Amino acid sequence: MSAGAAEELTDLQGEKMVLNMGPSHPATHGVLRLVLELDGEIITKATPDIGYLHRGDEKIAENMTYTQFIPYTDRLDYLAPLANNVAYALAVEKLMGIDRELPPRCQYIRVICCELARLSSHLLGLGSMAMDVGALTVFLFTFTEREKIYNLIEALTGARFTTSYTRIGGLARDLSAGWVEQCRQFLGEVVVTIDETEKLLTRNKIFVDRNRDIGVISREAAMDYGLSGPNLRGSGVEFDLRKAHPYLVYDQLEFDVPAGSAGDCYDRYLVRIEEMRQSVGLLRQCLDKLPGGPDNKAKEPVDIPDGKTVLPSKHKVLTSMEELIHQFILVTEGVNAPPGEVYFSAENPKGELGFYIHSKGGGTPHRLKIRSPSFCNLSILPLLMPGHMISDTVAIFGSLDFVMGECDR
Amino acid sequence: MSAREFAQQLKARFGDCISEPKEFRAEITVQLSEAGRIAEICQFAKKEMGFDYLVDISSIDNYGTDPRWTVVYHLYGFGHHCHLRVKTDVSEEKSELPTVTGIWRAADWHEREVYDMMGLRFRGHPDLRRILMWEGYPYFPLRKDFPLAGKPSDVPEVAFTRAAPEEGGPFVTRPGGKDSTAREPRAHELEADDSAAGARAEKR
Repeated sequence: MSAGAAEELTDLQGEKMVLNMGPSHPATHGVLRLVLELDGEIITKATPDIGYLHRGDEKIAENMTYTQFIPYTDRLDYLAPLANNVAYALAVEKLMGIDRELPPRCQYIRVICCELARLSSHLLGLGSMAMDVGALTVFLFTFTEREKIYNLIEALTGARFTTSYTRIGGLARDLSAGWVEQCRQFLGEVVVTIDETEKLLTRNKIFVDRNRDIGVISREAAMDYGLSGPNLRGSGVEFDLRKAHPYLVYDQLEFDVPAGSAGDCYDRYLVRIEEMRQSVGLLRQCLDKLPGGPDNKAKEPVDIPDGKTVLPSKHKVLTSMEELIHQFILVTEGVNAPPGEVYFSAENPKGELGFYIHSKGGGTPHRLKIRSPSFCNLSILPLLMPGHMISDTVAIFGSLDFVMGECDR
Repeated sequence: MSAREFAQQLKARFGDCISEPKEFRAEITVQLSEAGRIAEICQFAKKEMGFDYLVDISSIDNYGTDPRWTVVYHLYGFGHHCHLRVKTDVSEEKSELPTVTGIWRAADWHEREVYDMMGLRFRGHPDLRRILMWEGYPYFPLRKDFPLAGKPSDVPEVAFTRAAPEEGGPFVTRPGGKDSTAREPRAHELEADDSAAGARAEKR
């Protein structure tokens, strides 16, 4: 090859640089590896490489009973574990045909769990999005509120993070004394923080410049790529599972579903802020309408009264033969699900978390597929990133608000 | 229109290869007997019946029965709020069916995951490669004949492939060694000469 041709070749090859971002990177929101092809600062091609947090949850589910799998659901979207617990419990209850028999107190507490999880997840999502584009203080404000949520969750379930709170047919335990009061106080405080966050970000020139017209997802692309949750609503599709296919007691509660129009990062931010306000409203309604009241003086049940599904009370187990047998069978073999298949999805903070359970009868599923919102949300990255600069990457990631635990399972 | 009516419409259009709609827990499922026609069915579902959203593509391993694979498509329409489940069986010898990425782009990653986990190929897929496991991983983990504990395999550029205590690496501590080099040797054979390791440590 002549010197001139060789120079030309290196010139042509030298135009695009391949940059590897992740999996260990402060701004990729978890273990996401992105292989970027760059033309200077502009991204020409982006290939996400996922699977760094793949733990084989679906394979594990085929080997354990439905109740034993509940702690694994905590670790899916680990920023909103209560929401995952509720979605999974509802899916198994749908399979068993008992989802309509849940006591009202149980349903209200589950809605409270879901909305607390939504607040927690959005606070973190917006905090880290703001931090990544430069507004560091917002992160600390939102995390202060998250700390309060963690205290509430700890009082409720015993753990801050990996809650495993729901059970098939009910909950692990009822609300503790004084919890409702603590929650009301928190709601008063979180609204102040949401207002402060909005004051700092919504009309902030730098924040707007970094997010307006960045990462624009059209309506058609959003539907075509299987987006869900705030990402879908930010692009103008006014769809919320809580309204379209109400589960638990969402049909008895009043709330609005915010939707954007431009489909850019800024719209997704606005959708999440408004969703947080709606969650606060939902929580207030639930706390007011809670059957049995804060201390459950009327002894409203939180589990369905079926000894073959829900563990009987310890007192009965230790004294009565029938309950002893139920306890034994439930712990060793699990709940007896009928053969069949069912798909249930819940409106999780990240989007539509669905569980497809194919059962051949018995206590373990034959196949459990987890329809993860973050998996589908991430698939749009190769379409979204080209044409943007590297510094827009963090804005896009923050606005898509994905979690790798859910994406990789 | 309800989901059942959509399923009847599908059956009317495609005839015998679509089964009678089955209902369980208020969900409608149809079985497609010819996996090769799945793209046609999905195209009709999207264009004529308004199922503009692909919720999920799952795969089931019916180990022990023939056909071995079942691929499950969950369809949804934002206009009519109806869900439809379309299932199709694929035999193990074939292990292949047409892609639906041309119909919904969401199928791209879902089909890659089905390929990665079960080993089913999708004809016409733009980029069928592994998505969760690394490129070059030799097995298909969600198959029923793949053990839960996994099989040892080569992970390029990674130091350990078995569970850490079994690797014999720095995570294994033998008490009573003279210094940390003896107590925590790098990779070593657990059964082999402790004396040799000790001698090496002495020399240092």
